[in-house]
Amino acid sequence: MMLSALFFYLFAVMCVGAAFMVVAAKNPVHAVLFLILAFFNAAGLFVLLGAEFLAMILVVVYVGAVLVLFLFVVMMLDVDFAELRAGFLKYLSVGATVGLLLLVELVFVVGAWITAPVLVSDLPTPPAAEVSNTQALGEILYTRYVYLFEAAGLILLVAMIGAIVLTLHHKSDVRRQSIAAQVGRTREMAVEVVEVETGKGLK
Amino acid sequence: MIIGLSHYLTVAAILFTIGIFGIFLNRKNVIVILMSIELMLLAVNINLVAFSSFHNDLVGQVFTLIVLTVAAAEAAIGLAIIVVYFRNRGTIDVAEIDLLKG
Repeated sequence: MMLSALFFYLFAVMCVGAAFMVVAAKNPVHAVLFLILAFFNAAGLFVLLGAEFLAMILVVVYVGAVLVLFLFVVMMLDVDFAELRAGFLKYLSVGATVGLLLLVELVFVVGAWITAPVLVSDLPTPPAAEVSNTQALGEILYTRYVYLFEAAGLILLVAMIGAIVLTLHHKSDVRRQSIAAQVGRTREMAVEVVEVETGKGLK
Repeated sequence: MIIGLSHYLTVAAILFTIGIFGIFLNRKNVIVILMSIELMLLAVNINLVAFSSFHNDLVGQVFTLIVLTVAAAEAAIGLAIIVVYFRNRGTIDVAEIDLLKG
């Protein structure tokens, strides 16, 4: 129990610190790397909560795909990031005020949180000793929430098609193969039979 | 020193606040704004998983899975829009993104 508390504070402090560095870092590449650190520590928190499958999803899918995508975009775009940071200090005070107010409100709410005992007593989840988290999640996801699961797949498909359509662009000065034109070619378009008189030749 | 639900909720609240703070702080840089949104979604996910774990109800983790899916889709589309916009205009300053103003 002591050890898990220790790890909770380690992950929590690292996560919050990394998140702060995300918004405060001068270099966006560093910001993305700090975001990766924050997600890793959040995955640690998930493991502490007993949600191992989501922790692995967070590391593999989120850090492995989404944040690497961020890294690619940040490194690909030739943006003058110093110019974008102009007015940083101007917004600092108003941002800090709003953030602090919101934080105080949220902490007041969650600090006094008491769960109704009725909610905890009915147990739809099998105890962790019998079934692993991944198996339990799969059993509920592929039965009761199978439509939600398929909708998630559809969302990803739409996002994939959208991203491809948005970023794919054809250069107008590059000659491309037009398969329709090739297939639609007839004999008359390709070959011309000419009667050539002897001794005259073709012009 | 027992770690209860409130501890996790407080961490999530701090993360969410940092996300909002980041949007205020980097109002010109779209990429950092997108990253701040990712932070806020992470805070929501921590909330969902914490409730799911402390209430012994696995549905929260199913919702977290869906939130992760939507966040991934949003990041992909958002970054694609940024790349296209940068290709067309040569800047990603939020203040100058006003083509739709007419």
